[in-house]
Amino acid sequence: MTTRDARPAPEPGMDRSRGWFARLQDLLDEFYAAPYRGALARARRDEDDLFMLFVFAELMGVPNPASYYTLELQPVLLERFHEWHRRQGLDHSPLDGFRCC
Amino acid sequence: MNATLLSVVGLGMIFIGYRFYSSFIAEKIYRLDPDFETPAHSMRDDVDYIPTNRVVLWGHHFTAVAGAAPIIGPGIAVIWGWLPAFLWVILGTMFFAGVHDFGAVWASVRNKAKSVGALSGDVVSPRARTLFMIVVFFLLMMVNAVFAVAISNEFQATPSSVIPAWTAVFVAVGIGILIYRMGVPILWPTVVGTVILYAVIYLGERFPIELTAGMVPVGAQWILILFLYAGIASLLPVWLLLQPRDYINGIQLFVGLGLLYGAVLIASPTIVAPAINPNVPASAPPLFPLLFVTIACGAISGFHGLVGSGTTSKQLNKETDARFVGYLGSSGEGSLALVAIIAATAGFASLGDWEAMYSEFGNGGMTAFVQGGARIVSAGVGISTEFAATLLAVMAVLFAGTTMDAGVRLQRYIVQEWGTIYNIPVLQNGYVATVAAVTACLLLAFGAGGPSGEGGMLIWPLFGTTNQLLAGLTLLIISVILVKLGRPVVYTLVPMIFITTMALAAAIYQLGNLYREGGILYPLLWIDVAIVLLAIFTMLEAGSAFLREKRAAEARASA
Repeated sequence: MTTRDARPAPEPGMDRSRGWFARLQDLLDEFYAAPYRGALARARRDEDDLFMLFVFAELMGVPNPASYYTLELQPVLLERFHEWHRRQGLDHSPLDGFRCC
Repeated sequence: MNATLLSVVGLGMIFIGYRFYSSFIAEKIYRLDPDFETPAHSMRDDVDYIPTNRVVLWGHHFTAVAGAAPIIGPGIAVIWGWLPAFLWVILGTMFFAGVHDFGAVWASVRNKAKSVGALSGDVVSPRARTLFMIVVFFLLMMVNAVFAVAISNEFQATPSSVIPAWTAVFVAVGIGILIYRMGVPILWPTVVGTVILYAVIYLGERFPIELTAGMVPVGAQWILILFLYAGIASLLPVWLLLQPRDYINGIQLFVGLGLLYGAVLIASPTIVAPAINPNVPASAPPLFPLLFVTIACGAISGFHGLVGSGTTSKQLNKETDARFVGYLGSSGEGSLALVAIIAATAGFASLGDWEAMYSEFGNGGMTAFVQGGARIVSAGVGISTEFAATLLAVMAVLFAGTTMDAGVRLQRYIVQEWGTIYNIPVLQNGYVATVAAVTACLLLAFGAGGPSGEGGMLIWPLFGTTNQLLAGLTLLIISVILVKLGRPVVYTLVPMIFITTMALAAAIYQLGNLYREGGILYPLLWIDVAIVLLAIFTMLEAGSAFLREKRAAEARASA
């Protein structure tokens, strides 16, 4: 993703309106999180991708015993459908009658 | 020589390097621009690319590069006396490592935050990229094997460190669960975790663990246990173990450095080792060129370029922060190497004690740092020598252990990638790839160190040689970029030529040594042959890329 963003850069630990304790906490938080933010986000995305496969399994002809429940989720996950099928290496939607692009 | 004076002179020179030399490099060579839009802004996705406070980034760079290697290298290299090691660490930090780390961050930021590996393909040639990947694989294999041997040796030398070192794994998992799963604010897990870690050191002292030799020698038992652990740890989610372990290490690093330098200031010990050792043991190789590969991390290390161009460059808020993060980050590592030199030369009661520790090349290392450092800390802070030794041993073992976790994980990724490239589905499986990675490391550790694995420290100079080759490749990339921009290259090219020549000379020297050690079938001999070839190819690549770009620049100028 290459979006330009005009938001000011976060400066954890430097916001003087917060007390020293909160600032110390912010700095430690950032020190803990920053090197692994990408790795964790990718791991979470992989889990989400698998979940997407469950939810849309029946539309692709894979029997899904939990479809009674996952059907409800389809409209909620629709927004992410396009990015998901592109990540799976499919340029176009794999579903007939369900075209996002 | 007084150790306080040496530390003040050393730290003063590192500071001068940062204040003046890095400022010159920033203004005249890299020409940092405060208005340049860094990838953290232009490609911001709030995941990989995110502007980050420079102090936090400096902390990452520093803690990522300063681990067990700047302790072990100087701990071995003082065998030639304290002066050569001191000069190489200080001048290396000032004129080599600083420019290298700073340059890797800068080059990456100016090229869409690409890693040095990717840049070697873009800027030099696709062949250079292949060379780079091979060097990285060798480096990972050697770092895992040599750190397993070093930890195994340390567990045997300081059995009181066994319980605290393994407790740290559970403390890390606890912190990971509290923060990631339960959303507890970070400060309390940090405080409680650190207190537990130090409290357990008492437990370690009361219950030292010594394995008994059975069918398998003790050293080999530890190496097998460590690789079993590293294999499992590398398969666990990052948030559960690696992330909190890294965090604990960062805290340990700051505490350890503060403790050691504080103790040196208070105790003001005298260096018992000679400035230049007139009685170097017969087994020791010549200082030239082996000093320059024995101390890699702490003077210059190619591994830093991987860190600088990996995560750091994607998070740099302003281009001008590169100097603070890159140069000062490597200066931090230099300061750890300096205190390791002081511990390994001033922490002994007499010259006789010191000579007994350094009776053979490869001795010392982590053990000299722990024993010498413990005497200094004990004299300065007033805690018992045994407690201080356990504390320092735990610190060093944790650094090395975390590097093993990360190293096996990275090797697994490489094996999985090979599985994809060469279409071997079985290698794409995480478990199979981990077993393959661990097996390669075990073969190297036992192949080099014999059935007990104890001779495995022979890998150390080869590890340093590979690390320096990587540094040479990174400096080559920076130099080629500078030629393209029509800027002076002497400040990166001279270190590049020096370090690659030293690496090649050291690799050639070791050929004979390794042949004598293990004959024609010795695995290290063949790894060394590969390193000699890699060094020659690196120099040829460097020469051709450099001349190509120089001619192109001249053609542009005359057009």
